[in-house]
Amino acid sequence: MEISKIMKKKIEEVIEKGKRLDERGLLEYRKIEIKTNVSAKAEGSAWVKVGDTEVIAGVKLDAVEPYRDSPDSGNLSVGAELNPMASDRFELGAPDIQAIELARLVDRGVRNSECIDFKKLCIKEGEKVWSVMIDVYPINDAGSLIDICNIAAVAALKSAFFPEYKDDKVQYGELTDKKLPLNDLPITVTVYKIDDKFIIDPSTDEEDASCTRVTFTMTFPEEVINSMQKTGEKLSEEEILSMRDIALKEGKKLHKQIMDLI
Amino acid sequence: MTEEENPIEEEIKEIPREIVVPGEVLAGKDFLPGEGTRRENEEIVASRFGLLEKTDKLVKVIPLSGAYIPRAGNTVIGQIVDVNFNGWMIDVLAAHQAFLPVMECFGYINKKDLTEVFTFKDIIVTKIRAVKPRSVELTMKEKGLRKLEGGMLIKINPTRVPRIIGKAGSMVKTIKDETRCNIIVGQNGLVWIKSDENDVEREIVAKKAIELIVERPFHIGLTEKIKEFLTKNKK
Repeated sequence: MEISKIMKKKIEEVIEKGKRLDERGLLEYRKIEIKTNVSAKAEGSAWVKVGDTEVIAGVKLDAVEPYRDSPDSGNLSVGAELNPMASDRFELGAPDIQAIELARLVDRGVRNSECIDFKKLCIKEGEKVWSVMIDVYPINDAGSLIDICNIAAVAALKSAFFPEYKDDKVQYGELTDKKLPLNDLPITVTVYKIDDKFIIDPSTDEEDASCTRVTFTMTFPEEVINSMQKTGEKLSEEEILSMRDIALKEGKKLHKQIMDLI
Repeated sequence: MTEEENPIEEEIKEIPREIVVPGEVLAGKDFLPGEGTRRENEEIVASRFGLLEKTDKLVKVIPLSGAYIPRAGNTVIGQIVDVNFNGWMIDVLAAHQAFLPVMECFGYINKKDLTEVFTFKDIIVTKIRAVKPRSVELTMKEKGLRKLEGGMLIKINPTRVPRIIGKAGSMVKTIKDETRCNIIVGQNGLVWIKSDENDVEREIVAKKAIELIVERPFHIGLTEKIKEFLTKNKK
C-alpha cells in the first residue's frame, strides 16, 4: 500500500519539529545486528538486521577466464533479488528497476572503492582469474534497503575464504584459510529530504514521504567515491553539499560501528 | 469494530492450546471442519498456522499470522487507489481490490466528478457489503462510516485485531481514555489514531500501546500491563 495523504502530512509535521514517529533523532540509525557465515554453501555470507529490515548477502568465488581488456585481474558482479516475501510491493519475475538500481549501487560502491585488490585475484595471467559474485537478498523491507544491502555485501566480503583450487578446478566445499585481499571497505549513506529537513535510515513510510534522496558511498579517510540522486525534486548546490556533510559525518560513525561488528 | 463483542477473547484464557501448522492432521471423521481447516479424505487438516480449538464436534484453527480475509459485515479502513465513472476502487489489504459503487455512498454526489467526494490516496472507513469470488463490495451507508482526516494510520497484523479491541471494546477504550485519542480499528489491520487536541505525542503513546499488544497477544493480565504503560507515559 502506498502512503496515504494523512500519513504523509503527519510525517512532514513531525519531522518539521525535529522528531520522528519511532522517536529516533533525524540522523539516528536503528539498532544494527550482524551475523557472518550464515550460509553453508557460500564462501562468505552475512545476515544484517537494522530495525525490521533484514538482508542476507552471499559471496561465491569461481575461477573463470579473464576479460580481454584485463587479463591479469579478477572480476566482480553484484546481483540483487527482491523477493515478494520481503515486501508487498515486490513482484515475482525478472529484476525490476528497483532491483537493478540496488545491485548497481552496491556494485559501484565495492568497485570504485577498490576495496578488493583485483590484481591479487589472478591465478594465471590471461587464462584463469577469480570471479567474485555478490548476491544480496532482502528478507524483509522496512526501509533503507540501499544502505543495509551495502553493509551486508561488505560484511559478506570480509567473511569470505578462498575455496580449494586443484587441477584447474575449484573444489567447492573445501575452504582454505586464505581470505579475500581486501582494503578498507566502503560505507553507503543515503540522505533523504523530507520538506526542508534531511534524515537517514528511513522507515518505509518516511521513504514514501520524502521528495528526493541522494546516495553517497565513501571510504575513509573521508572521501566520497560515488553519489547518485534519485529522480525527484531539484536540489540546490548548498543542499547537496550539506547532504554530503551529513553523509560523511554519519558514515564515519557507521563505519566504526560496523567494523566493530564484523 | 469497537462495539462488537469479541468471542475469541474469552476462549483464550480458558483452554490451553496447541499450535498447529498447515497440513497437520487435526482429527478424524467424527469431527466437522471449521474455520482454518479443511477435510482431506477421512481426516481434517489445518489450512492455516494458529491455535487449535476442538469442541464436541467442531475443529477450528484461530490464525496467528497471515493476510486479511474479507468477510461481509466487517468494518475496514481502506485507501482509494482508482476512481471510475461509477465508483471507487479501494485497497483494503485483501487479495482483491474492493469496489465502492456511487449507489452505496452517502449524500449528494456530482456524478461528473467523483473525485470531489473521495480522491486518490484518501483514507476511508467503510463496511464490506458482500464478498464475491473475485471482488469485494463496499458500502458507506451506515453510521460512523466516513472519510478520515488528519491523525495517523498504522498497519498491524490483522489476526491481532480482536486482542486490540478487547472484550466488548475494553482494551481500545482504555487506550482511548488514557491518551485522549480517537481510535478506529479496521478488521483488516489498519488502525487510525487521532488525538483530540492534535497532540502528536499522545498519538505516539497510543501507537506504542497498540504495538505492545501486537507483540504479546497472549500475555496474562495484558489489560493491566497496558494501563500501567499508559499511566507511566502520561504527560
